[in-house]
Amino acid sequence: MGLPAIPIVSDLGLDETAKALNTEQIATVVNRILDQETAARFKVYLNTCVHCGLCSDACHWFLSNDRDPRFSPVGKVKQTLWEIIRKKGHVSPEFMKDCSRIAHTECNVCRRCSMYCPFGIDIAYLLLVVRRICHELGMVPQFLQDTVNSHSVTMNQMWVKQDEWIDTLQWQEEEAKGEIKTSRIPLDKEGADVFYSVIAPEPKILAQLIGNIAQIMAVAKVDWTMPSLDGWDNSNMAMYSGDFEIMGRVERAHYESALKLKSRRIVMGECGHAFRGAAYDGPKWLGWREPPIPLIHAVDFYHELLTTGRIKIAKKFETPVTVQEPCNIVRGRGLGQKLREIISMVCEDFRLPEPGLEHNYCCGAGGGTINCGPPWKTSRVKGNRVKAEQLAATKAHIIITPCHNCHSGIEDIISGYKLGMHVKFFSEILMEVMEVPDELKC
Amino acid sequence: MSPLFYPEKDSWDWDPSSREISNIDQWKLDFNEVQEFVVSPDGQKVAAVVQNEDETFTPCINGETWENSFEKAWSLKFSPDGRLFCLGMNDDEWTIIEDDRPWEDSFEYVWNLKFSQNGKGAGANIRTSDGYGVLLNGEVWENKFVQMRSVELSPDGVSAAGNIQIEALSEGDVAKFRQGLWNIAVDGKPWDSNFLNVWDCSFSSDGGIVAAEVRLVSGRQTIAVDGKAWKNDYRAVWKPIFIPGSRDVVAPGLTTEGWKLLLNGEPLWNKSYNQIWRQTIGPDGRKLAAVVSPEFGQWTIAIDGISWAKTFGDVVLDPVFSSDGKRTAAGVKESGKWTVAVDGTPWPEKFGMVWDPVFSPDGKHVLAKAWRDDSYMLVVDGKITGPAYENLFDFVFSDDGTKLLIKCVENGLCFRKVIFSKDLT
Ligand code: SF4
Ligand code: SF4
Repeated sequence: MGLPAIPIVSDLGLDETAKALNTEQIATVVNRILDQETAARFKVYLNTCVHCGLCSDACHWFLSNDRDPRFSPVGKVKQTLWEIIRKKGHVSPEFMKDCSRIAHTECNVCRRCSMYCPFGIDIAYLLLVVRRICHELGMVPQFLQDTVNSHSVTMNQMWVKQDEWIDTLQWQEEEAKGEIKTSRIPLDKEGADVFYSVIAPEPKILAQLIGNIAQIMAVAKVDWTMPSLDGWDNSNMAMYSGDFEIMGRVERAHYESALKLKSRRIVMGECGHAFRGAAYDGPKWLGWREPPIPLIHAVDFYHELLTTGRIKIAKKFETPVTVQEPCNIVRGRGLGQKLREIISMVCEDFRLPEPGLEHNYCCGAGGGTINCGPPWKTSRVKGNRVKAEQLAATKAHIIITPCHNCHSGIEDIISGYKLGMHVKFFSEILMEVMEVPDELKC
Repeated sequence: MSPLFYPEKDSWDWDPSSREISNIDQWKLDFNEVQEFVVSPDGQKVAAVVQNEDETFTPCINGETWENSFEKAWSLKFSPDGRLFCLGMNDDEWTIIEDDRPWEDSFEYVWNLKFSQNGKGAGANIRTSDGYGVLLNGEVWENKFVQMRSVELSPDGVSAAGNIQIEALSEGDVAKFRQGLWNIAVDGKPWDSNFLNVWDCSFSSDGGIVAAEVRLVSGRQTIAVDGKAWKNDYRAVWKPIFIPGSRDVVAPGLTTEGWKLLLNGEPLWNKSYNQIWRQTIGPDGRKLAAVVSPEFGQWTIAIDGISWAKTFGDVVLDPVFSSDGKRTAAGVKESGKWTVAVDGTPWPEKFGMVWDPVFSPDGKHVLAKAWRDDSYMLVVDGKITGPAYENLFDFVFSDDGTKLLIKCVENGLCFRKVIFSKDLT
């Protein structure tokens, strides 16, 4: 019996581009990228792979699609790069459409597979090379491209205009003052200890998260600032579409903004991919070995506030919780233990997911996949049944996750598999349990 | 803290003295809230937005508030000629307020308040019910646009430019975006051609020409001068600058050989780097310095294509020239610690933060503001000079270089101090 047909999904970004491309154009781009842009490790990875398939069991897509080999990590490389290289780039536009489907929408570049490969081959990197080729051909899913277009214009991922941004901060400052009277969102303050950056869904649709941080900063008496101009969004979908030039510009705007304000460190809100872009991919493209200003993820920051007693807990959160550990900060940065510690500090009943820490399954939304938008949602949710099973097994009611992509991806899984659970950011739990000194209360 | 042009500098009080300007700790008792402090160029005034008993906001200057108060107020700034500005809102209408006088027109929103180099021009981005534009010296651009995300003022303060969106775009409309919806408007007039993206722009020294970084199509960026793109394009570019008194534009561009500094679209130094940015013209209007990365993770300053021998692992900030153009200095960071490097040699003393260095007018000494262990300090030729300050604002040399004005906060008091430069070392 053959494998089931992959459902055909229509996506303007792929379908229209395919009409305008030809094999020669594709070959030119492929050969330029492979000759000029890939590092030595690219060839090593390709030549080292012994096609053993040990990476397969790492991938939630493979496990959730009934072990369909087309969804295995090596299967994704085989269907894309191997073929491209074998044909020296002379592949058809329809073939490149499939490449984009596989690399942009069916791989979260979560790097779980690298841990299972006996040679540590970075399969996600190989699929990012495929994405780069796709981007150079204009073969990018419509909604992901729209996000990148937004980055290119606004330096944020949701077309937030400059006045809307400042207005939202001023509104949230007022809201926060209504709860904790010393709350402020100091704009453009020079020399602050903390430059706080967020991702665009916060001002666009989750503004209360900014009001929350204003209250947390006030209680913890943190010397902080947010910039009024571009550079406030730390996210980067251009990194994931393959548009490294826009990725570099966006990352530079973020760091230049903090350098200009003479901030001593950047604390970023709860997001995983944004951490990856700001800590690794962005600086590397620009030429910085390390971020030019220390970059602290929210998990690290809350760990600092809680362990130094700057934030105290009035009463622990009682509802049973579990955690979705974001790949980019847990596998990518080793923040898993700290994340578990802060959850234990604020929650009474914390149920550990299995597998956990760096072995945790991806949320299925990361790597730009959720930004590919509605056309790809069904396959994305289907491709992460193992996550639904893993979460359901904890019997928790709340899933805490310090990442925007995880947050949205897990919500889709909860509704897709009818888990009846809820997702919260860590800061939302902290707001419920934090001790507020009487003199700060309104 | 680059040496600013202060038009009134000659008329300031340059008698050596130390004078208390205001007890700013007292303000914290007098008002519900005291925001960030700013100090006038001559050091005679300290100001902050404060909240009154009735919960409105207003600037407080040396302990006295303005008569006007606002539901919201922010962006408090002294212009280089010493006028105090802020952005204020009442009844959902925003305007610029200058020395307690609201400008005539009000808008749905005002932001990005800026001053021209000569201190005379003040402008900002505005949103009205008709769209986005610029408010410059009290005049509103007649043309409004779908969106605007920047404003640059000409050095003389009489012109303004910024990037504009020329047509509305629905979210998700990638095909329309690809047509190119961005442009530059100069004094409200768009250039003839649109681009995929338009980012930062700069005016020529006479204010007559504007150059901007543009994206032609995905992966092809270049510089456009008065709307005309350079004939060559690059994978990426950074903000252009003009050589003073000319039409010549210098910008970094990413070529297949690496980043190069370009003059009017042609390689200037005949060298490529892993990165190059922050290009700065010397006081003679010809010498050119830039921050370069000769190798991944190594940063230094190159002057006319010749790099300092020493490189730094973390960061190098804007190069600063001495007034004779013979020396350069920059804030640098290595192994997580900041200091200043002068002609390629870093000061041995390290800090938690440094501000851009300032040369004494004779070019012999280098001063910088620094922060370490919770206090600010003045560092002269690498040595901490004077006390640890609670706050230290910019410092200014008299034109003849014999005196230095220091504006600082000690024990909750804001001081203005004029000292003899010879006493610094
Ligand atoms: S989704 Fe993760 S595990 Fe699967 S192939 Fe991509 S990087 Fe590997
Ligand atoms: S486990 Fe490693 S060597 Fe084996 S197929 Fe996967 S990538 Fe290739």
